[in-house]
Amino acid sequence: MKLYLYLLVMAAVTYLIRMLPLAFFRKKITNPFLLGVLHYMPFAVLGTMTVPAIFTSTGEPVSAMVGTLAALLLGLKRRSLIEVALAATAAAYIASLLLGLL
Amino acid sequence: MEAYGYRDGLRDGLPIGLGYLSVSFGFAIWAVKQGIPGLELVLLSGSNLTSAGQVAGVTVIAAGGLLVELALTELIINLRYALMSVTLTQKLHPQFSLLQRMLAAFFITDEIFAVSSTRKGLLTFPYMMGLGCLPWIGWTLGTALGAFAGTLLPAALSAALGIAIYGMFMAIIVPGAMEEKGVLLAIGASVGLGLVLRYVPVFSFLSEGFVIILSAVFGACVAAWLKPVRGEGDA
Repeated sequence: MKLYLYLLVMAAVTYLIRMLPLAFFRKKITNPFLLGVLHYMPFAVLGTMTVPAIFTSTGEPVSAMVGTLAALLLGLKRRSLIEVALAATAAAYIASLLLGLL
Repeated sequence: MEAYGYRDGLRDGLPIGLGYLSVSFGFAIWAVKQGIPGLELVLLSGSNLTSAGQVAGVTVIAAGGLLVELALTELIINLRYALMSVTLTQKLHPQFSLLQRMLAAFFITDEIFAVSSTRKGLLTFPYMMGLGCLPWIGWTLGTALGAFAGTLLPAALSAALGIAIYGMFMAIIVPGAMEEKGVLLAIGASVGLGLVLRYVPVFSFLSEGFVIILSAVFGACVAAWLKPVRGEGDA
C-alpha cells in the first residue's frame, strides 16, 4: 500500500510542475533579452542533453561514435527526425555487429 | 502563420516514441532489480512520463525514503519542466482553453518540449495531443516490455536503440546551428558549461536535472546577450 502512496506523490508533483505554469502563465513576454533566452533555450537544453550522453548511449564507444557521425551527417543534410534517429540506430547496430566479428 | 494538426503531431512524435521505447525498456530492467513490481512500474511510467525523475524516485523508494524526500527530489529534478512550460505558453494558439492547457501539460518532456518549441508557428491543442500520444505509448509499453520480457530482445539491438533519442536531438540542433550563429553559440556555451559541471569533481553534488537547468540557462543567456533576436520572431 505504501508503494501506491509513493507513486501518487511522484505523479502529483511531476504533473503540477508541468501544469501550473502552462495553465496559468498568461503574459506575453516582450523584453527582447527574455525573448532571446526563450528562443535559444530549446537548443541549449538539447545540446547539453546530447553531449556527452550520446557517446555512452550504446554502452560502447565505437558504435556510439559511428552512430553519432551518421546522425551528424544526416542532420547536416536536414533529414527528418525519424530518419536521423533510425539511421543513427542502424549505424550503431551495424558497427557493434562488425565489432563483434573482429 | 501555419498551424499544425493531430497528424503532424503523431508524425513528429514517432521518433520520440521509438526512443522512449528503448530508454524505458532499460529503465524497467533496472527498476525491477531495485525491487519494484512490474505492474507498479507500468503505472509509474504511465503517470510520470519522465526519465530522470523516475530513476531518482525509484532510488528513493528502494531506500525506503520519506514521502517528503520523494516529493522534494521530484520537484528539484523536474523543475526544468516549469521553465519549459513558461516557454511554451508564448507559442500556444489563442484557442487553447484552460482545460486543454491542463491536459497538454501532462505530456511536457524534454523531447516533446524540444520538438514543439522549435516548430515554426503556433501550437494547437490537436498538435500537442498528437505529439504526446506515441511518446506516452512508447514510454509505457517499453516499461512493460522491460519489466515482463526484459531478456527477449537481442542485447546488441537494445544497446543500439539507446542512441535513437540522441539521433533525434541531432536532427533538431544541427540544422538549427547551420541556420543561426546564435543557436550554434547557445549550444556551444550550454555544452561547455555542462561538461564542466559533469566532470569537474567540485560540482559532483549537482544532479543531472540541475546540470541541465544551469547549463541550458547559461547557454541561452550567452546567445541572447551576444546574438539578440530581432523583432517578434517566433521564439
